[in-house]
Amino acid sequence: MLIKFISCAGESLKVKSIGKVNIIGSGLAGLSAAISLAENGIPVNLLSVQGSGRAQSNLAEGGINAALDVMGEDDTVNEHFEDTMKSGCYLADPEMVRGLTYTAPEIVRQLDIAGVPFNRRDGHIIQRNFGGQKKKRTAFAKSSTGKMIMTALTDAARRYEAQGLIIRFPQHVFVSADIKDGACSGLRAYDIFRRKGLHLYGPVIMACGGMSGMFAGHTTGAAVNTGLAAAELFCSGAELGNMELIQYHPTTFRIDDKRLLVSEAARGEGGRLFFDDNGKRNYFMEEKFGERGNLMPRDVVSREMERCGRQIFLDMSSVGNDIWENNLSDMREEIIHYSRLDPAKEPIPVSPGIHYFMGGILTDISHRTNIKGLFAAGECACAYHGANRLGGNSLLGALYGGHIAALSVYDDIKKYGTEVAGIADDEEMGYDITESDDEKRSGKELCETVLKGMGILRNEEGIKASLDEVKELRIKAVSKRIERKALLMEAMLLSALNRKESRGAHVRTDYPETLDEYRKISVAEYKDGDIRISLRDI
Amino acid sequence: MKKILCIKRQENSESRPYREEYEIDPGDSNVTIAAALRLLSEENRIYAERDIPYRALVWECSCLQRKCGACAMVVDNVPCLACDRRVGDSRGERIVIEPLRKFPLICDLMVDRSIMDEMLYEHEVWLKGRAKEKNDDIAFEASKCIKCGLCLEICPNWHLEGSFGGMAAMTSFARLMAKEPEEQLRERASHYKTAVYNGCGKSLACRDICPASVDIEKLLVKSNAAAIWKRRM
Repeated sequence: MLIKFISCAGESLKVKSIGKVNIIGSGLAGLSAAISLAENGIPVNLLSVQGSGRAQSNLAEGGINAALDVMGEDDTVNEHFEDTMKSGCYLADPEMVRGLTYTAPEIVRQLDIAGVPFNRRDGHIIQRNFGGQKKKRTAFAKSSTGKMIMTALTDAARRYEAQGLIIRFPQHVFVSADIKDGACSGLRAYDIFRRKGLHLYGPVIMACGGMSGMFAGHTTGAAVNTGLAAAELFCSGAELGNMELIQYHPTTFRIDDKRLLVSEAARGEGGRLFFDDNGKRNYFMEEKFGERGNLMPRDVVSREMERCGRQIFLDMSSVGNDIWENNLSDMREEIIHYSRLDPAKEPIPVSPGIHYFMGGILTDISHRTNIKGLFAAGECACAYHGANRLGGNSLLGALYGGHIAALSVYDDIKKYGTEVAGIADDEEMGYDITESDDEKRSGKELCETVLKGMGILRNEEGIKASLDEVKELRIKAVSKRIERKALLMEAMLLSALNRKESRGAHVRTDYPETLDEYRKISVAEYKDGDIRISLRDI
Repeated sequence: MKKILCIKRQENSESRPYREEYEIDPGDSNVTIAAALRLLSEENRIYAERDIPYRALVWECSCLQRKCGACAMVVDNVPCLACDRRVGDSRGERIVIEPLRKFPLICDLMVDRSIMDEMLYEHEVWLKGRAKEKNDDIAFEASKCIKCGLCLEICPNWHLEGSFGGMAAMTSFARLMAKEPEEQLRERASHYKTAVYNGCGKSLACRDICPASVDIEKLLVKSNAAAIWKRRM
């Protein structure tokens, strides 16, 4: 099954039935999976709390990596592979990363065919520098790459929706999966508009995004990604991987109760980080790492910023007018709107903020979880990014991962046939779509408590103190939702405690070395009311 | 800096609406309405019509930075995104918050905007064939549309049951006309005429309200020229 977003098949096919496969989340990974299955004639149910246009994938800015070798730098897929592995501190499965990086050029070509308005020169896609990569490998559409790709794929999916091959269930919250004897046979969801429960049968692909919603005020992500689906699955027996690995993006600033991202493209196009040293600018990244210091991987930059212990500024004075106009105009407008500072004219204060979760629902190379019939892709999955995601690999990981998950489901259907697909109202189900005041307070308390132990720099004392407090909060939990959130956070803290080394985004001040014996995946399991953490070979 | 948020509440489309008031002290006039709404609790509720018991407010939000369109609502009679509008934009102490008025109400500030998608299915708005490697500037501008519905809310010509899809539909058509092969244009033009051209009264109220700053006038001129006057984009 080739990756393809625009079909050449006839337009006459009309299938009116319920989907045989259920996809949770209609962001990029979900859309990719849905289109891949629909293209092969498998009808899917696509569930999401809000429509594709509201998904966090729309916020991705800087671009998508692929070794297209269009910039005269002799780029190769192998170098993309090496950079991804190195940036991830060799914690990702090399075979998975090989699949991702070797397929990347074809993915970008397919996006081009689907009409994504990439920046071009003389008709050819151009690429920019991004962190952790020595070659210009990031294809982009100004600083709105995620939005541009999402618009193109939402249009592409519409064709299959009209044919009944993608059946959308917007405004549906995932409530639980039907898991028995290690196998998933369907799910329960709640229809926000009709205010009714729903029972859907068949395999389930989770593409529900990261856990930004749990860290309101501290993340660049979307509030709608609550992490509750992952928490629910964890409690039902799904294994989680590398939960301690949280990416802090170096350049963000606070707006109300979130952090606004200043894309890595800012540094890719010439932006420089400095702090004020008695009236003199200290370009500390360049001092320490040389000319390309500002484009070190995100974990390295955030760590150095944190260690500076001072206000860091982003200086974009060297960026030329043509770059502002053609490549960054949208980013500039956004920064001015929210900070009242014009980055073309003055430095802007930045600090690291939570941006991406490398960990999540643990999958194998085919995106299968430890539960038969349950798959995961995109940010909710622990897959390609090891201990630190390379900038420009998130959109790629979502597209490729969604496709591979679809391929695996397709293989299963061909091999074993399908269970009878079906749908039924669940009259018994009640679900409160709004959080109570107590839940809001508890959620905030949990978030602040976890962050005390899970900052950029960590140590045993801090992690243990957070863990004790989270356990207490779980015992006093005001609702099942809060209890689930607390359990997920405990899994994060326990994974962080167990990894007695420093690797990528996990920096232990008490264990500063990177150790070979820890080049393993942290696996969190929930059994008999207890969380168990172990290390598993990659 | 105290403000009173006066919010229109309604349990569902059948029930009787009521008014509820919350006193907030955002501290900073730059705080957005979205941020203020996220902090509401029973503690700062100061008034509810007919003494209706407290119930958490139902509304939609996602990105909180004008990139997803979820939090569209009407504030002081102005359709806007709650993450774009600041509490300081209201001069008086009271800020009146209501749901979008032209869409079916689900609950409180949540409305059903699915009509925008339905219009696009009906007119087969998807790329037919391989995209051209040109017109990226038009496709980019058109793809900025976040389908929030504010342009429809303010449009004097758009209404729920009509055949006019408004500028939310126009942007989707514009992307396709910019990118798809020339041979598709004839069929596309016929749909465009029904869904956009025939209904638009050129008031351009949409132009100023668009939170994504889509250059609606430019896209409209180019799309009309391509679909009606058969000029190449």
